[in-house]
Amino acid sequence: MKILVCISHVPDTTSKINFTDNDTQFDTNGVQFVINPNDEFGLTRAMWFKEKQNATVDIVNVGGAETEPTLRKALAIGADSAIRINTEALDGFQVAKELSVIAKEGNYDLIIAGRESIDYNGGMVPGMLASLIGASFINTCISLEIEGDSATAIREIDGGKETVTAKLPLVIGGQKGLVEESDLRIPNMRGIMMARKKPLDVKEPQGASTETKAVSFEKPAPKGAVKLISPDNLDELIDLLHNEAKAI
Amino acid sequence: MSVLVYTEAEEGKFKKTSYEVVSYARGIADMMNTTVTAIAVNADNISELGAYGADKVLHIKNDKLNAFNANAYAKAIAQAANQESSKVIVISSSANAKYLAPLLAMDLNAGYASNVVALPESASPFTVKRTAFTNKAFNHTKITTDIKIVGLSKNSFGIKESQKDASEESFEPSLKDAQFDVEVKSVDKAKDKVTIADAEIVVSGGRGLKGPENWSMVEEMADILGAATACSKPVSDMGWRPHSEHVGQTGKPVASNLYIAIGISGAIQHLAGINSSKVKVVINSDPEAPFFKAADYGIVGDAFDIVPRLNEKLKEFKANNS
Ligand SMILES: Cc1cc2nc3c(=O)[nH]c(=O)nc-3n(C[C@H](O)[C@H](O)[C@H](O)COP(=O)(O)OP(=O)(O)OC[C@H]3O[C@@H](n4cnc5c(N)ncnc54)[C@H](O)[C@@H]3O)c2cc1C
Ligand SMILES: Nc1ncnc2c1ncn2[C@@H]1O[C@H](COP(=O)(O)O)[C@@H](O)[C@H]1O
Repeated sequence: MKILVCISHVPDTTSKINFTDNDTQFDTNGVQFVINPNDEFGLTRAMWFKEKQNATVDIVNVGGAETEPTLRKALAIGADSAIRINTEALDGFQVAKELSVIAKEGNYDLIIAGRESIDYNGGMVPGMLASLIGASFINTCISLEIEGDSATAIREIDGGKETVTAKLPLVIGGQKGLVEESDLRIPNMRGIMMARKKPLDVKEPQGASTETKAVSFEKPAPKGAVKLISPDNLDELIDLLHNEAKAI
Repeated sequence: MSVLVYTEAEEGKFKKTSYEVVSYARGIADMMNTTVTAIAVNADNISELGAYGADKVLHIKNDKLNAFNANAYAKAIAQAANQESSKVIVISSSANAKYLAPLLAMDLNAGYASNVVALPESASPFTVKRTAFTNKAFNHTKITTDIKIVGLSKNSFGIKESQKDASEESFEPSLKDAQFDVEVKSVDKAKDKVTIADAEIVVSGGRGLKGPENWSMVEEMADILGAATACSKPVSDMGWRPHSEHVGQTGKPVASNLYIAIGISGAIQHLAGINSSKVKVVINSDPEAPFFKAADYGIVGDAFDIVPRLNEKLKEFKANNS
């Protein structure tokens, strides 16, 4: 089985978010970048397929040279080889188009992406990619088993879950549940050493167009101070929630 | 040219978010001087949608669509969009809507903006405000394609009444077996529980509650308020509560009207996921807990003292106010 894991390179979850150039650019100053958490769950599930079902695992990112440390980390976790498509990721459609070239060339059985990236939160790359390459698509995937050319997955739905089946080739939008938090791997020294020798191919983009453009950014308005209520006056809280906030 | 809006129903009944997306579609239609067409699948009370501004409802009655299928639904909506020559399509932010959206976008060569929080700032160029960086910021996005898909963030626009007489038209999309490539085998959904996605009120507990055995008071509060229960990440990681209750940046987003956090410190990753809730209440014994900076109302104190007393008072309030 050939697996491709799409890796998005995103600011660490603790990052303070700021903008520069008149609020048109994300300020990367002092920001640590990591593998998108949803992709890390997917990558770890891919490692399971590698170890238990002899799968090969390639990873791919659309981005500039600055994403290479993130790709090396994924290689250190155990992916076999990496591909970087050398262009700035501008919108979900352009990324999906660029990824579709790699996906077709590599003839993958399974493509694992994340439900969404935690920076752009587009939630669109995996579905668009599936559509472009004519593969089945399962989103918000929290469990995945493959047997032969059939996949059985559990998908999170609002208020519950759903078991679905599909034939390969398949693209999933994955998230926590694919593996548990405790299954995530921190690269060890040996993994890091080996990762240095693994192939990281840089490919030129095909120059896909975009459909959307992030024009500018804005931070939420600062919040007013919290109203503190004495533990001895819970009636006041109920009154405020009812009459002021109109929330109950 | 009609604005097309996909209205979700469950077991025949429209979901509340359907009224919100129709209200929003009405807003866009008024900006663009056009009409609103809703598309619904196997729904009972089609005429309800008129109250929120739908001029026409395309109704698909098809037993094959009883189980949600993203691909087939996307094809059906795309065909409706073609019939109506729609340039703008509005959908919700439910798990199913987010599932079909990228497929629909590809079917229509349409640009898609998810998590949109307000009416377009301008119709030409078509620019919308959406959340980004998991609620830590907003992003103004221009959709440059001829057809645009807007995914509306829940509770961001609200439900607005605007009486129209919605006419019902039956709609029969042509669907091929190949479009049912993903097959639903079983659905596991608690019927009598309010879900985090649909809830107006969410009551959430953190590590401050010390152990799973102490959750009965959280559940009681949720019961009284008709709320959904949620929890912080460590609580689900330790198995005190199911994963489906984990909210935050790496869990479920919460966009409820009221979010009550009990024994939750307010770490940046937690707040990112619940920030778009309208009113936030925190109960925490540590006055320095970061949650107090994010909340509207706060009580500094021991949850084990406060919550049971608050539950009694809420019961009383509910008895007098319903
Ligand atoms: C990559 C990454 C992603 C993450 N994603 C998420 C996420 O999506 N969601 C999430 O929630 N977290 C997430 N976290 C974890 C987050 O950083 C915090 O560790 C977590 O939110 C803390 O949970 P807590 O508030 O329940 O526990 P704690 O931080 O331990 O806080 C417990 C609180 O309870 C209070 N308390 C104690 N006893 C009482 C009492 N008797 N009465 C009242 N209050 C009391 C304490 O004062 C304290 O403030 C993530 C972390 C990382 C690294
Ligand atoms: N620049 C990128 N390179 C590779 N994969 C990406 C990129 N952007 C997004 N993805 C994948 O698509 C998923 C969803 O991203 P998004 O549509 O931006 O929310 C991510 O979790 C990744 O798996």
